[in-house]
Amino acid sequence: MSFRAASMSPLFLKEFTATSCIGQGREPTLRSLLEKRSGLTACAFETVNLDTHIGEVAGVDATRLPAEFGRFDCRNNRLAELALRQDGFMAAVEEAAARWGSRRIGVFIGTSTAGILQTELAYRERDPVSGALPASFEYGTTHNSFSVADFLRRRLHLTGPAVAVSCACASSAKVFGSARRMIEANMIDAAVVGGVDSLCLTTLYGFHSLQLCSALPCRPFDTARDGISIGEAAAFALLERVPDGLNSDAVLLLGIGESSDAYHMSAPHPEGRGARRAMQSALSAAGLEPGAIDYINLHGTATPSNDRSESQAVTSVFGVTTPCSSTKGATGHTLGAAGALEAVIGALALQNALMPGGAQTAHVDPTLTACYIRDNRRAPVARVLSNSFGFGGTNCSLIFGRAG
Amino acid sequence: MAAYISGIGVLGPGFDSWPHAAAVLSGRRAYEPKPTILPMPTLLAPTERRRTGRVVKLALAVALEAAAQAGAEPGELKSVFSSSGGDGHNCHEICLSLSLAGREISPTRFSNSVHNAAAGYWSIATGAERESTVLCAFDASFCAGLLEALAQVAVDEEALLLIAYDSEYPEPIHAKRPIPDAFGAAFILTPHRQAGSLARIEATLAREPVDLLADRELEALRVSIPAARCLPMLRRLAMREGGRTVLEYLDVADTVVQVDLCN
Repeated sequence: MSFRAASMSPLFLKEFTATSCIGQGREPTLRSLLEKRSGLTACAFETVNLDTHIGEVAGVDATRLPAEFGRFDCRNNRLAELALRQDGFMAAVEEAAARWGSRRIGVFIGTSTAGILQTELAYRERDPVSGALPASFEYGTTHNSFSVADFLRRRLHLTGPAVAVSCACASSAKVFGSARRMIEANMIDAAVVGGVDSLCLTTLYGFHSLQLCSALPCRPFDTARDGISIGEAAAFALLERVPDGLNSDAVLLLGIGESSDAYHMSAPHPEGRGARRAMQSALSAAGLEPGAIDYINLHGTATPSNDRSESQAVTSVFGVTTPCSSTKGATGHTLGAAGALEAVIGALALQNALMPGGAQTAHVDPTLTACYIRDNRRAPVARVLSNSFGFGGTNCSLIFGRAG
Repeated sequence: MAAYISGIGVLGPGFDSWPHAAAVLSGRRAYEPKPTILPMPTLLAPTERRRTGRVVKLALAVALEAAAQAGAEPGELKSVFSSSGGDGHNCHEICLSLSLAGREISPTRFSNSVHNAAAGYWSIATGAERESTVLCAFDASFCAGLLEALAQVAVDEEALLLIAYDSEYPEPIHAKRPIPDAFGAAFILTPHRQAGSLARIEATLAREPVDLLADRELEALRVSIPAARCLPMLRRLAMREGGRTVLEYLDVADTVVQVDLCN
């Protein structure tokens, strides 16, 4: 490799969970992946009047925060609450807090829009004379990017460092980097990392204004791909140092690579220069050669330019034989939650010998040279690389592997 | 976690540079609060320059000042950006448009709405391809950025640029989040002492009384803009006075910074 990057000590994903339109918790998510089921539906969200498909999580509106969290009430925190209740995640955090002390556990949550929907709704209720927002509107605990990290640290009774990482669609991949550094610097012994992003009008109308939304369910890497489908998700992992005596199917975070395109605010570098650097750095941090990766979970948003640029970057690092796919045809693009959601999908791939085929894609674009798989493959998966790229040219690649 | 401060940039109400701020904070010059003057980001191409909002101008200006002072090449630096709210004016325009019948958002407004817009423009302007992260911790954003930056320097042993910056929301959000003006501070943090290093800082978390500023107006600035929560540390550096300073962080923990001067 042409450059050196610091190697990192692996971390153990002691617990992990994800809630998206394909499932609430690990088992339903795995079942959907095995069935190649997509959760995308025609958009009927709120008062949105756009010809597009979305990945909406059922039951978010009906989820209630505990009474003492009234100020935090918004769709984003309800989605966080719903996801927290799956797979015994809260109990695992409680156990970690008992072991390490609540001050020694950090909270690192990626989000792009947090609870901005609350402000969008409040703007409709402005006082006709003064223009003031309704008295009931709370900015800090709903709209502000930190609101979801603040909600989670309080909900989980954690008193260590807490922060929101907001780097557009790479946000919840980059949280793994922040947590890893704090653990390595011995500021903390464990970290709750994750991503939460929920449907709102800013992203639906915003991506529409950039003509980046497909009218159909998105088709990553398809010849006819014509844009994204916006989804929502919350996904969390509890990270700790690697203990002795792990089961062979325990999941480890092996490498992280981050880079910036230094090219354009909303378009990827045409040859995927930044993406390539992120993948190479992740391999270098993990001390692995490209051939050690069995499956790549692509960023794969299904816009013509994103997929082309990512395919070039993947090919330049891995060649044309490493199986890869995007699960966004199933989940939609969950924006700031995508990194964490796809980390969990990667972990499920490792534990279940599954390379998930890309849902919705009918005809793989022959000009995209990466080895895109449409059908599920059942074969041992020892290491997975997951890509997340965002507006502003921010890139993050993560490598996960089985303990044995 | 420790690092050397090897360059500083400051811009805010009544502060037009770090030397100016240092003169005020050390009492050599009176504090005269006046609206923050943001320079045009000449680093950016004219088309991009027109698209940038106040927070981007602010972040780029303080980052450049800090890099120049440290003699660092901006394009080679890793960076940590931390802001409590991003571009409030842009956010207001989007929410306003979405409340009207047509719901038309301009593509540029949407691209600029991401919290990492300033980091994106910085990397485009300087050609910085290194890792860059963008954080938010509401009122705790300064210390959240400092802790992330110190962890990076400690673990990766490389120089890094930390930029804490905030600007105001217009009405009606302003009434709910009354940040009065723009304030930014940037620091070049290095793992080792270098020519021009001002001080070594080491941070720990504890629950201790936060350092306040004796001057009423400076204290008002510290409290009203999250990025200005660094002022007690800047004051110590300006006074050339080593020792402990306690910066406001979360309700459950403050950040104790031990400042040891380099000469």
